[in-house]
Order: sequence, then C-alpha cells, then structure tokens
Amino acid sequence: MRFKGVAPAVCLVTTAMVVAACGGGGGGSTSDAAKQGANARGPITFVTGKDNSGTMPFIANEWNKNHPNEKVTIKQQSDQADQQLSDLEQHFQAKDPNYDVVTVDVVWTAEFAAKGWIIPLAGQYNLDTSALLPATVKAASYNGKLYAAPYASDGGLLYYRTDLVKTAPTTWDQLINDCKGKTTSGTITGKTPGCYAGQFAKYEGLTVNAAEAINANGGEIVGPDGKTATVDSPQSAGGLDFLVNGFKQGYIPKEALGFQETQSLNAFTAGQLMFMRNWPYAVAIANGKGSKVVGKFGIAPLPGPQGHGASSLGGHSLGISAYSKYKATALDFLKFIESDTVQRNNLTVGTLAPVTTALYSDPELVKKFTYLPTLLKSIETAVPRPITPFYPGVTQAIQTNAYAALQGQVNTKTALSNMQAAIKSATAGG
Amino acid sequence: MTVAGQVEENVIEDQEGNGKGRRRRKTRAANIRPGEQRLSWTLIAPTVVLLTLVVGYPILKAIYQSFLTDPGLDQATGLFNEGNAWNGITNYTHWLLQRCATADGGTQACPKGTLGSQFWSSFGVTVFFTVVTVTLETCIGMVFALMMNRPFKGRALVRVAILIPWAIPTAVTSKLWQVMFDPQGIINKVLGTSFAWTSEVWPARSAIIIADVWKTTPFIALLILAGPQGIPEETYEAAKIDGANAWKRFTNVTLPLVKPALAVAVIFRTLDVLRMYDLPKILTGGANGTTTSSILVVDQLTQGINSASALSTITFVFIFIIAFGLVRLFNANIIGAQAKGVR
Repeated sequence: MRFKGVAPAVCLVTTAMVVAACGGGGGGSTSDAAKQGANARGPITFVTGKDNSGTMPFIANEWNKNHPNEKVTIKQQSDQADQQLSDLEQHFQAKDPNYDVVTVDVVWTAEFAAKGWIIPLAGQYNLDTSALLPATVKAASYNGKLYAAPYASDGGLLYYRTDLVKTAPTTWDQLINDCKGKTTSGTITGKTPGCYAGQFAKYEGLTVNAAEAINANGGEIVGPDGKTATVDSPQSAGGLDFLVNGFKQGYIPKEALGFQETQSLNAFTAGQLMFMRNWPYAVAIANGKGSKVVGKFGIAPLPGPQGHGASSLGGHSLGISAYSKYKATALDFLKFIESDTVQRNNLTVGTLAPVTTALYSDPELVKKFTYLPTLLKSIETAVPRPITPFYPGVTQAIQTNAYAALQGQVNTKTALSNMQAAIKSATAGG
Repeated sequence: MTVAGQVEENVIEDQEGNGKGRRRRKTRAANIRPGEQRLSWTLIAPTVVLLTLVVGYPILKAIYQSFLTDPGLDQATGLFNEGNAWNGITNYTHWLLQRCATADGGTQACPKGTLGSQFWSSFGVTVFFTVVTVTLETCIGMVFALMMNRPFKGRALVRVAILIPWAIPTAVTSKLWQVMFDPQGIINKVLGTSFAWTSEVWPARSAIIIADVWKTTPFIALLILAGPQGIPEETYEAAKIDGANAWKRFTNVTLPLVKPALAVAVIFRTLDVLRMYDLPKILTGGANGTTTSSILVVDQLTQGINSASALSTITFVFIFIIAFGLVRLFNANIIGAQAKGVR
C-alpha cells in the first residue's frame, strides 16, 4: 500500500513542475554590440504596439517612397503594454538583429538603457531635440543622455460637465465646492453623478494619479537623480491627501477604487461623474456614439492646491536597438518620425499628441482640435514618472502603498514612509 | 497540459504493474519474450528522450537559476551587469524570511509594497482560496453528481447544462463575472447591495470564490459521478432490506464507494487552486488581498528572473508537499478509481 501513493504523487508533481518551470529564461545583459553597423544602411524593422490609431500605413508609405533601398517593415505587437514589454525583452535577450527600431513606453526607457539594449543618441547618433517639447525629451533620457526619440506625448486632462458648472475649477478646493449640492457622496447612485474620479485601481494608472497629486503639491517621488526616494515629505502627504480625503469625505465615489481608464470613462460618458481625470483620447469617445455627455463637457488642465496642478507624462519614444545591423538607417528613421509631416499625420489621423512644440499653435490644427492649447499646458508642466532602471519595483511600491492609503487601511503618513522604504529597497535591487 | 498529461499516463501504466501486486506482473512478464521487451524499450525511447528534453531541462534550469543573482546596477556607469553569479540560498531567504537587499549590501526586513513583503500573505491567501473553494466545490459537486446519477426525464439535458460553466475558458468566465460584479452591475441590483465587489478586500475574495465555485463545480461533479455510476443497484436494495434509511445508505454505501473518485477530484482541484492565476488576475488584478502565489511569481518576473525562479521552486515544493500529504491522507487507490471511472 505504501508505494501506491508515491507514483501518483510523482505524476502530479511532474504536472506541478511544468508549471513551476515556466519561469525559465535568460538573464539581463550589457554588451558592446552597440558599435556594430554604425554606418551601415539597409532595410529595417520598426517594432511597435498594435496600430490602434491607424497611423502606421502612412509612415511606412512615406518612408519607403523616399528610401527604396532602406525600406521599413512594420511589426505590430499586441495592444497590451505588458505583452509588448515582454516581447521586447525576449528579443533583446536573444540579441535579435531584426528589431532595429523599437517603440519604448516612457517608463521603460531607463531599464532598456541600463541594460544596454538601446543606444544613446549622442555623438554620431546625435538627434536634434530643439523643436521638441522639453518634457518629452527629459522622459526619454537616462543619466543625462538621450536614449530615445520622442514619438507621441500624452498628458492628463480634467474633463468637466459644462451643464453643471460654467468654468473649470483650477484648484482642488474649487473642484470640491463646485460639487456641493450637485453630486452624490461616497458612491454613485441613481441619476445624480459622483463628484470626481481618476484611475485608482491598483495598476500603473494609480502610479500616474498618485504622482500627479503628489507633484501638484510640490512633493516628489524621487530626487533629481531619478532614484533617491524623497516621497516621505509633508508636501507629498498634502498632495496624496486630496485623494485619500476624497474617499473619506465622499467626493470620490468608492467605485473609483476599481477604475482603470476605460471604467472611469464609461462612468463619465454615462453621466455618472461631474469631473474626471483622463488622457486626451477620451475626447473622441465622450463625443461619440452612446455617450450621454455629447456637447456637455469641456476639458481643462488638472487642478492643484493653488492653481493648476501637474500632470504625469505619458507617451512613447523610439529607440535604436544595440543589436541592429543598420543603425545609420535607423537614425534617419528617428529623424523622419520627428518631422512635421509624420507628427501632423499622427494627430489628424490617430489623435496622438505631437511632440513638436510648433504644431500646438498651428492655426489649422487648433481649429480642428480645440483642446490642443490645454493639452500643451498639461504636457509643458508634466512631471515624468521616476526615471529608474528599477521601474517595475518602484511603480509596485507606489501603487501598493498609495492603494492602502486610499482604502483607509493606513494613514497617509505611514503609507508614504512605507512607500519611501519600498522605493529605496527596489532601487537597491532588493 | 498535454505534455504533463502524457507523463501522468505513463506513470499510471507503470503503477498499475507495480501496484496491483506481483502476480499480475509475473504473468505479464512471462508472456513477453526478451526480444519484445527490447523492442518495447526502443519504441518508448523517443518519448522518454523528448520528455526529458521538454520537461526535465526547463525544470533543472529553473532550479539552477534560482541560486544565481539577478543583474545589478553598476553605480559608476548606470548600466546593469550580467548578474548570474552564484548567490547561494539568498534568493530563498529573500522570500521565506522576507529579507530585502539594501543599498549598502546588507539586508533588511522587506518594506511594505515590495514583492518580498507579500510572500507569506500571498501564500496565506492561496491556501485560504484552496480550502474554501475545494470544500464548497466538493460538497456541491457531490450533490450534482448524485443528481446526475438518478434516472429522470431530461437527465441528458441536465448533464450538459451542468457542464457548460466548465467548458467556458477561464478568461471569459472572469470577464463575465467582472461585468456582473460591477458596482452598477446585476449582482448589486439583485441583492440590493452597493458593494464595490472587486475593490474591497472581503467582497473581492468572495467574488473570486463565487466565480471559481461556479466554474469548477461541474468538473468535480463529473469526476465524482464515476463513483455512483459504478455502484450496482443491488447493493442499495440489500441495504434497504437490512433496514437502512436514505441517510444510512448514503453514508454507508454511497460514500465509501465514491471515496476513490472523490479523492481524485479533491487532489486535482487542490493542485489547481494552489496555482490559480487567471481568475484573480483578471477579476481583481491581484489587488485587495487577492494576490496568489502564481500572481506573485509573474509580478516578480518583471523584476528579476532568478529570484522568480526561486519563488516558483518554493511554490512547486509546497504544492508537492500538499499533493503528497493528500495522497497519504486519502490512502486511496486512486489508480483504480482512474481506471474505472474517469477514462
């Protein structure tokens, strides 16, 4: 009898092992591959997330028309950011020479740079950034060097209901006052909207929203070096308290603890929110079919404690793979995507926020996209999220502790001191 | 699962030979001539080699990696080094004792918000989910199985209907329940409550348990059904004549005869829940105290693959111990039940 139990256990264990073994794979690397193919030209591959904005055909056609011998092939990845990231990681670890130009989310830049996967755009790869928005350049830099070419920017905006309030609030207190008597408290019920919501589910969006609140009040998450945690300060506490008190006092409905971009936008378009923080993409949807707030909303820069607040910076940049064989062509391609033609098409076809300053005051564009000046203000004052090669650990530290504070499990002060310790630990590689 | 399935079957075949007693093996051996035996080995060899490659290699590699360092940042250049240096059991103490590295090279208790600090809590949550869901699923599954076993009009239809939840992919199930658990969703409307189901701790845990029980009870019921189907009607008639009432017949006839099938069901489900990932990941994103061990492993993958290997090895050893314990506990002839019922 005794042995009867063993063999089935063995087979069950084998099953478990297959599961356990799924974590296999290679480690990180730095390399001297960066020098290869420096002056070489040839066909390149541009790897980017799924082209939901429909801008890629234009880019491919424009480029291939003028570069018949250095044609670009566009490889589209999944539309999920984490899947895009793991695809890039796999190909970089395999030193794949076929990934020439890659799309890098602003928060991945430092990690890719520190792992030696993308090359610094300096020396013979110098890229002229004078026409670009400074915030986007800063977000694409690591250790004082530019590593990627800003491709599309993104900044947070305040969406407000023009049928409930005439002008947008510029401060948090005004926002709370505007809600009085017009909104429900604590939870969304019936036809009366809740007051304010952003993205407060425990995911990257919470890092964005918490950082915005903290930055608006003069706090900062990490120091200027991008890694020393400095979040445990009275300024940060005052900023985060805007959100914490929102749940306590009811001006943020508790449903918002489960909100990502889509859920908050759904609530807003269903008329269930008076104020919402979201990215510019929401304009088209809130004006689209099925929305109950068509023509009844406006957009403004995010409010702050005294006057306008600070947005977190979103967006993407393009980097040149260290393993590319045709880096000279790749650099030309980077210059091409910064061109007026591409940036203009990105906006008109894909509603992607341009990274070139001039387009924001282009009369023709402003007429069509009335929110451009507001968006410019948001991006100009935007603060990049921590620029650190340990970003996954840092954002985990911010989300987890901010979420605990929003839920009221710990007070703001404790949450911030935990956040500080966790960021410190994450940037030490712990 | 296909590969693992093959392994299971192979082992089971072997086991039948060993387990059922020597006599049977002898008779079998007597019928096989030496040449045939060699031939059988030759025929099996490709499978064995293939399995060693696709199963053995990744496991050994993952275990080996769990003793190596993850890439560290060179402060002078701002670039990562290769990592992969010998690290002893540090990756293991990192998780088990929740010690995190500090900038000066020492260690400290992992601060809240790091993955290291979530190890024991995620473990506790996983065990909690396992105990609650397996208990509920077994009880309800038993009722379903007995129901499906009785002859009545439309039995075939009920059997099919009961199996539907199991047939739906977990990702789809999760999305379905997410819609229903929405604060403005149907569940709050029906119950007249206003829970933010997926963003408060206990509602979130209940949501996962409800969704998991809904999905998996049919599977348990199907596994258990093998038991009562094998009980001849005469046994019940004999018990009836002896004066046993319905409850007595259930506890003294049905239950002992169903036990082997029940054991298989419980063990399968336990192992399944212990590595639950997709349901909580989609339903709650692992927030609100619903981070299971598997979610923690995947989160760690983005922060250091060698440390993640250590974590998955720990998880695997833990599952192994539980599996072994359960098998000993039931002390049941699982193989017999398998041969009789499931297939």
